[in-house]
Order: sequence, then C-alpha cells, then structure tokens
Amino acid sequence: MGWNMPRGVLFTCIVVLVALALIPMADSRYLIDISTEIMVYALFALSLNVIIGYSGNVSFGHAAYFAIGGYTNAILLTTYELPLIVAFPAAVLASGLAAAFVAYFCTRLTDIYFAMLTLAFAMLVWAIAFKWRSVTGGDDGFVGVTVPEFIDGRVPFFYFTLITVTLSTAVLWMICHSAFGQTLVAVRENITRAGFIGVNTRLMRGAAFAVAGAFAGIAGAIFAMYNRGVYTESAFWPESAQVLIMTLLGGMYSFFGPAIGAAALYLLERFANEYTEYWPTVLGVILLVIVLVLPEGLVGLFKRVKARMVGGR
Amino acid sequence: MAVLEIKDLTKDFGGFVAINDVTFSLEKGEKHAIIGPNGAGKTTFFNLITGHLEPSRGSVDFEGKPITGMPPHKIVRLGLARSFQRINIFPRMTVYENIQTSLIARDHKHFSMFSPGAAQNREETRELLDLVGLDTEALEIAGELSYGKQKQLELAISLAENPSVLLLDEPTAGMSPQETNEAIALVDEIAKSRGLTLLFTEHDMSVVFGIADRISVLHHGELIASGLPEEMRNNPEVRRVYLGEGDDAAA
Ligand SMILES: Nc1ncnc2c1ncn2[C@@H]1O[C@H](COP(=O)(O)OP(=O)(O)O)[C@@H](O)[C@H]1O
Ligand SMILES: [Mg+2]
Repeated sequence: MGWNMPRGVLFTCIVVLVALALIPMADSRYLIDISTEIMVYALFALSLNVIIGYSGNVSFGHAAYFAIGGYTNAILLTTYELPLIVAFPAAVLASGLAAAFVAYFCTRLTDIYFAMLTLAFAMLVWAIAFKWRSVTGGDDGFVGVTVPEFIDGRVPFFYFTLITVTLSTAVLWMICHSAFGQTLVAVRENITRAGFIGVNTRLMRGAAFAVAGAFAGIAGAIFAMYNRGVYTESAFWPESAQVLIMTLLGGMYSFFGPAIGAAALYLLERFANEYTEYWPTVLGVILLVIVLVLPEGLVGLFKRVKARMVGGR
Repeated sequence: MAVLEIKDLTKDFGGFVAINDVTFSLEKGEKHAIIGPNGAGKTTFFNLITGHLEPSRGSVDFEGKPITGMPPHKIVRLGLARSFQRINIFPRMTVYENIQTSLIARDHKHFSMFSPGAAQNREETRELLDLVGLDTEALEIAGELSYGKQKQLELAISLAENPSVLLLDEPTAGMSPQETNEAIALVDEIAKSRGLTLLFTEHDMSVVFGIADRISVLHHGELIASGLPEEMRNNPEVRRVYLGEGDDAAA
C-alpha cells in the first residue's frame, strides 16, 4: 500500500481510540459530552491545518464552512425531512463547493490579503445566515434539528461521532500524506519553485482550501445534530479565531498537532470558566505564548523536550 | 534548428531598461553561455524566458510555439526547465523529498490524493540522488545542507523535470574551485548523455571557455556579441567590456 504511519504515532492513535471507545463505560454524561465536543473541534482544527500547515496560507474564516455544513445538514434533515444518508453527504458537498468557490477568488492573493478575503467571505456567510430568517432561523438560530432515531441518544451519538471523526481523520491523513499532500508542502515551502517544477500552485492551494472546507463541513454537520440546533455564531469570526488558535496551539507542522491543540484549548476554556471570568484574558496570554515561545505549538515543544532527553544536552 | 527563438525582447522596470531589444536564438543540442558583468541583465533574461517575469515587449518561441506570457508551470511542462542563481529549493523538506516531489509533478501526480506520496518514483529519486552525488545526504533537511550541496540539489530538482532545454543561472556561484570543477563535469556529462540543450550564465571564464559551444555577451541589457568561443576571445568590444570591469579580463 505504501501508507506508512510512524509506529509511535500509530500506537498513540490506537490507544486514544480504545480509550475513547471505553468512555461510555464510565457512565458520565459530563465525560461523554466533553469528549464528543472535543472530537468535533479536533476534526475542525485538523481540517483548517490543510490550509495552514500544508498549503501555507492562513484562513481567518474557516468557521464559515463549519456553519454551512451545520445549516445544510440541519435544514435537509428537519425542513426537508431527508434521511441522514442524503443530508449528511449533501452538507459536506455544500461546504466543499462553497470553499471551492471562495478559493477561486482567494487564491489570486497570498499572505495577509488571502487571509482577509477569507474573513470577508465568512462575514458574508454569517450575514446570510443572519438575514435569511425563513430558512436559517436568523438570529434565533435554527432550532429543533431532527436527529435520526438510530443516533438519538447520548451514547449512540457519541459512537456515531467517534466513528465519523475517526474515518474522516483517516481520510484526511491519507490526503495530507498523498502525492497531493507532499506537493502541497512543496508549495508551502517555496511557491515560486513549486511553479518551476510544473505545479499549478493556484489550483493546488484552491484544492487544499476545498478539501479543508469539506472536512470542516463534516464537523459542522455533526455539531448541528449534537446541539439540535445551529446558530449564527457558528459562522462568526470568533469561531474562526478559536479554531485558528487551536491549530497553532497544537502545532501546524504536525498532522495531529491541531487535534491536540483543540483538546487542550477546549479543556482550558472549561476549567478557566469554572475558576475565573477572565477567559478572554487567558486566551490572550495563550496567544502570546504561542507567538513568542511556541511557534511550533505543543507538538513542537514535545519534540524539543524529547530531543533534549534523548540527546542528553 | 532553433529551440528558442527570441525577438526584440525588452524589460522595462519602470524606466530602467534591464533587457533592451534582445534578439537571440538557441540551437538544438548546443551549450550556450551568456556572459556579462554583474547587473548586465542575465538573470532578468532568464526570468523573461521562463515566465517568471513578463516582458514589456518582444516574443519568446519555444520549439516553434509562442510561450510569451505563459505561467512558469506551463513552460516547464513543455520541456524548458531552469535552475536559479540564488538557491531555490524546498528548505524544510528532506533532500529526497525535494527530488521526489519534482518527479511527482513531472508525472502529473500532484493531484492524486489517494496514492501515498512517499511511495512515488522511489527508484528514479535514488538514481538522481546518485547522479548529483547527494545519496548520503538523502534524509537530511535540504535547508541544512552546505551551500555547494544545495546548489547540486537545485540542479537535481531541475533535472527531475526531464527537460529538453535547461537554463542554468550561475550554477557554480559560491562554490569552491573543486566543487565548481565537479559540478561542471557533471553538467557536461548529463548534457551529453541526455542530449540536453544548455543555456547558462557563468562568471568563471575558465568554465565558460571549457564547455560552451557558443557564447553571447550581454552588457547593460543589450546583446553586444554572439559567436564561437575563439571569436569572443578576440572580439575587441567584448575585451573592452571585460577589461573595463577589471576581473576575468585575462580569460
Ligand atoms: N524586479 C526588478 N525590479 C527592478 N530592477 C531590477 C529587477 N530585477 C533586476 N533588476 C535590475 O536589472 C539589472 C539586471 O539585473 P540582473 O538581471 O540580475 O543582472 P545579472 O544577472 O546579469 O547580474 C540590475 O541593475 C538589477 O538591479
Ligand atoms: Mg544574475
């Protein structure tokens, strides 16, 4: 086959999966809810990293595709009473196509201009969700999402999320380690030279953006059912900022870094909210630490510590 | 037969004319050197040919097809590859991946999302590494190689595209004399075995006269002379330009 995941990574993945699969045994609603949400955010952050870590562009508007996946799934399930097997793939397709459309414009630009345009499109998605009340519920949100019977319940939904996120992550991992993914890294590393080895770099960056949008759509579609609702906030810029921070906190130069960042930031927020009212301040400090001390995130820190212990220096 | 046909090529950088009305042709199979003092416009000339810059005026035909204004990735696909004067590699990938990715692109596999990147073109990657003498450095991070080795990698990336015409911009700049000799012997050998047409710029006159079949001289953006090496050696205008510059005058 030729897909070689490093042994240590594969082993860690299996341990994490087994641990997750056992969580419902603990019979704690709190634990099940936390893990379901973390899995969704982990997939969301992993998808963003296709743009950031692999294609080398920054998106300030990734929440838009999460929201489009959520709204589409919710509307098709509830308003049109379609089965999940239709609604869910349609939601993913809608996110992917929306991202491809936006990428068509954004990939003309690079750096901060690219990022600002992604933000502008996300604001547009937010405005549509806000104004198109008859379809989206406007600022009341789209509430009362129909959840298919077979996953209606905390534990079945947890397993549905676990399986969907695991499969999505596996596919995403393959994409990132495919001939496409490797070339994408070359585009990130040196876009000029990538053009001179015969790569249409604009198309590559666009494809990465569309893939990222589709997988964000999966996360959004799950979340809509989990919450039994979709709200305009899901497309709003703080949501885009949060997933960006998750990605950077975990480490953009590692495939699984963003998932670790998602778990870390999510848990930090939970605990911080229990002890202080100053979560935004804490978030600010986290951001400063990433920028100043941990440019390669938690995974980068882990690698440095490991190298030091092994190297004895 | 001319593989490159360049007519009235001009590049105006907002009032500063870096390439001025250059008409030039490159014959199939030749090894053609472009010489001229620093700032003469050699790199700009290459940038115009390879689509890195858009000309202000003039045309470039490659194997009879107009390529003026085409993006670099399309020009490379036609078989016209180049290397860069300033190192231009994929710095945080391994040496191996640098070459492998170039081969993936050549074979149009860079949109394959479901075939493993690491499994592509493994043998050919190894062969190219051997060819340019980077086999022992295969797994090193490209950006951490010595300057001379990065230059070799630069060459290998270009060769991986399997071009019929290769433009080398100062392939030995910054190399030690020994590295220079090795690099030039290598280029010469590859050009022979692959039947490459070579257009190169080079500041070391012993290298130029050692391998070039034909030499053209660029000065202040103008092509002032073009001919066989011995003609250039005795051309009074060429001597004046080079004597005026001081160095390399003895060559
Ligand atoms: N992008 C640019 N904008 C403005 N001037 C440039 C640009 N590129 C090159 N030049 C100028 O054009 C002249 C020729 O440069 P170059 O082609 O690099 O010469 P060479 O390779 O022969 O040393 C130089 O004076 C340089 O400063
Ligand atoms: Mg130059």
